[in-house]
Amino acid sequence: MTFEYSPAPESTSIVDISAQYGLFINGKFVAAKGSKTFNTINPATEKILSKIAYAQASDVDKAVIAARSAYTKVWSKMAPQERGKYLFRIARIMQERAREFAVLETMDNGKPIRETRDIDIPLAAAHFFYHAGWADKLKYAGAGDNPRPYGVVGQIIPWNFPLLMLAWKVAPALATGNTVVLKPAETTPLTALLFAEVCQQAGLPAGVVNIVTGDGATGSALVNHPDIDKIAFTGSTGVGKGIARAIAGTGKSATLELGGKGANIVFDDSPIDQTVEGIVSGIFFNQGHVCCAGSRLLVQENVHDELIEKLKRRISQIRVGDPLDKNTDLGAINSAAQLARIKEISSSGDAEGAHRWSPECSFPEKGFWYPPTIFTGVTQANRIAQEEIFGPVLSVLTFRTPQEAIDKANNTPYGLSAGVWTEKGSRILWAAKQLKAGVIWANTFNKFDPASPFGGYKESGWGREGGRHGLAAYLKGGEK
Amino acid sequence: MRIDIRKTYKLYIGGAFPRSESGRTYEVTDAKSNFIANPAQASRKDLRDAVTAARSAFGGWSGATAFNRSQILYRIAEMMEARSEEFVEEIALLEGVTRVAAKKQVDQAIDTWVWYSGWCDKISTVSGSTNPISGPFYNFTIPESVGVVGVFPAQKSSLLGLVQAIAPVIAGGNTAVVVASQKFPLCAVTLSEALATSDLPGGVVNILTGITSELAPWMGAHMDVDAIDATGLSKELDKEVRVSGADNLKRIHKFSTSDTPQRMLAFMEYKTVWHPIGI
Repeated sequence: MTFEYSPAPESTSIVDISAQYGLFINGKFVAAKGSKTFNTINPATEKILSKIAYAQASDVDKAVIAARSAYTKVWSKMAPQERGKYLFRIARIMQERAREFAVLETMDNGKPIRETRDIDIPLAAAHFFYHAGWADKLKYAGAGDNPRPYGVVGQIIPWNFPLLMLAWKVAPALATGNTVVLKPAETTPLTALLFAEVCQQAGLPAGVVNIVTGDGATGSALVNHPDIDKIAFTGSTGVGKGIARAIAGTGKSATLELGGKGANIVFDDSPIDQTVEGIVSGIFFNQGHVCCAGSRLLVQENVHDELIEKLKRRISQIRVGDPLDKNTDLGAINSAAQLARIKEISSSGDAEGAHRWSPECSFPEKGFWYPPTIFTGVTQANRIAQEEIFGPVLSVLTFRTPQEAIDKANNTPYGLSAGVWTEKGSRILWAAKQLKAGVIWANTFNKFDPASPFGGYKESGWGREGGRHGLAAYLKGGEK
Repeated sequence: MRIDIRKTYKLYIGGAFPRSESGRTYEVTDAKSNFIANPAQASRKDLRDAVTAARSAFGGWSGATAFNRSQILYRIAEMMEARSEEFVEEIALLEGVTRVAAKKQVDQAIDTWVWYSGWCDKISTVSGSTNPISGPFYNFTIPESVGVVGVFPAQKSSLLGLVQAIAPVIAGGNTAVVVASQKFPLCAVTLSEALATSDLPGGVVNILTGITSELAPWMGAHMDVDAIDATGLSKELDKEVRVSGADNLKRIHKFSTSDTPQRMLAFMEYKTVWHPIGI
């Protein structure tokens, strides 16, 4: 059965994108020192959205100086409750301008408007609201009896959830009394620059938030700046390890949210229709550009065939296309480079003998697209079972006993997330105990909340974000 | 010369503003004994209506997400900020303090809402626990709202004492029946007008004005009231309420300070859940 849908595009008239943007330093948009710029494009149309200033080391230095001055003169001296009030204001303005943020995010990132509107933006605002309330309650956060901010924090965020990752970084840093220099991802700077405007509307003291746009070299200048006290990074494990090496011996502290290869374990007693929905949201949410995606499906052997058949039927209903269409489930891949990477790793699946399946999809002429894809008959040694694909590609493996499921799930250098599907509560808790991962979803997947700590074991990173435990990352407790 | 329009000070029950069913009012005067207003003098029936409204609202309010409650408490702060001037005037008039002192009280009251707004979705994080019991069980403890709370705020404060008593009760998911300060009831009525425009569901907070010694015994004896904040009760009334409150073992507390989560936890129950772990 096929469903026909008329186009239901969200209007873009709500956003007002400037032809070019400068850097946001000390409360103002300023020109970068050099004349170099880079374009940010809409990955669904390949049209240029805006020209962005490129921050080089001297610009980063200016931003750090502004952040240091704001920290010393204003932010560290402000009563905690007043600090919190600024965050409440920011949360409220983000709620007021939520639709504008959602449309802009979808245009710059390629993710469906349904997700930016219902998930990214409301959650980002909620993160500010939640952390606003912590500002004057830090003594209850369990970070020692004298919790103090680090000072100036350098923050580097990825392109998969641009505004949400900004919120995860900026909200706790500010609530705990730090000031920040933030570098958004090269391909998705626009919502961070709109956030700068929100800071202005909220009357946030100049220099508390600074935003420098650029590429890896800009990020590196930030990481290596001598007056940065702490680094917070979300991105690939490779870059994360580079940061860990770069700050070794400098006394800088770091929080790292890195890659994952999440196992989604389906036991034979699981409610199968609910499980199929969970598998789909686990791997196809945000085009699979999710570090905690359930990208390895581990299915108990006796339900494998039935589950895969139902899964294929469900995947055939996924609507791929214009991200601004309110009916779209799967939007555009964020960049040509990411599309090439997805294609390369996926083709290794073919070469290594796994069976590829995708529904028939028609794509728009322009833009970067990849169909929802599953590989069955995958073995643990295959690259598609080991490496993070960061795309809408699911690798299916099987197991016979619960212990085998756990062993396979843990057979990865990553440890960010895992899913467990079973009707049996005791088995959920048993599995949760055995799994080496920072977040376990039971009979659900890809759930996020400001009150819930998020972060990974092993090579998925250092520290947590969200909840009481996320605050600790921005507070000097016992550590020197 | 234009004659100004004076406000009728009414009760706040179930989201509506009725007069007392008894038809009674009592006279409130300023610090120099000049007539100011005739607020309603609530009766036993009004109190019982308020408890019914609070009980009806309890399921929805305690079942709302903590985040939702925190947003509504913050909204109350927003609505109060806009009425700041009215509160200042009422405090200055009734308490006979300077406008500067009155303004300070209003600011503190508003900030109290902001403080408790932040607590709604943090109290379980801070006071809940997972318990490492000896055996293959997952065992955790969480605080939950206790139910309908009768609130007697400090008598000597028009607004701050009132907010310090109501905010922790509803932040924790309870619903409240408040008996305002007998001498300084005007801010309580004005607060109810702010509450009514704050997305707070009707019945979560009910505010009665009247004679404390008349209403307190009925509150103490009411079997559908689960707890009482007795801060504003005299020693004699406090004892009387504790005696009658023993019939359903009401949780009765008196507070001398405000800025502590203990004030929320006093009106919460701890629930511990056991669940086996195993294949």
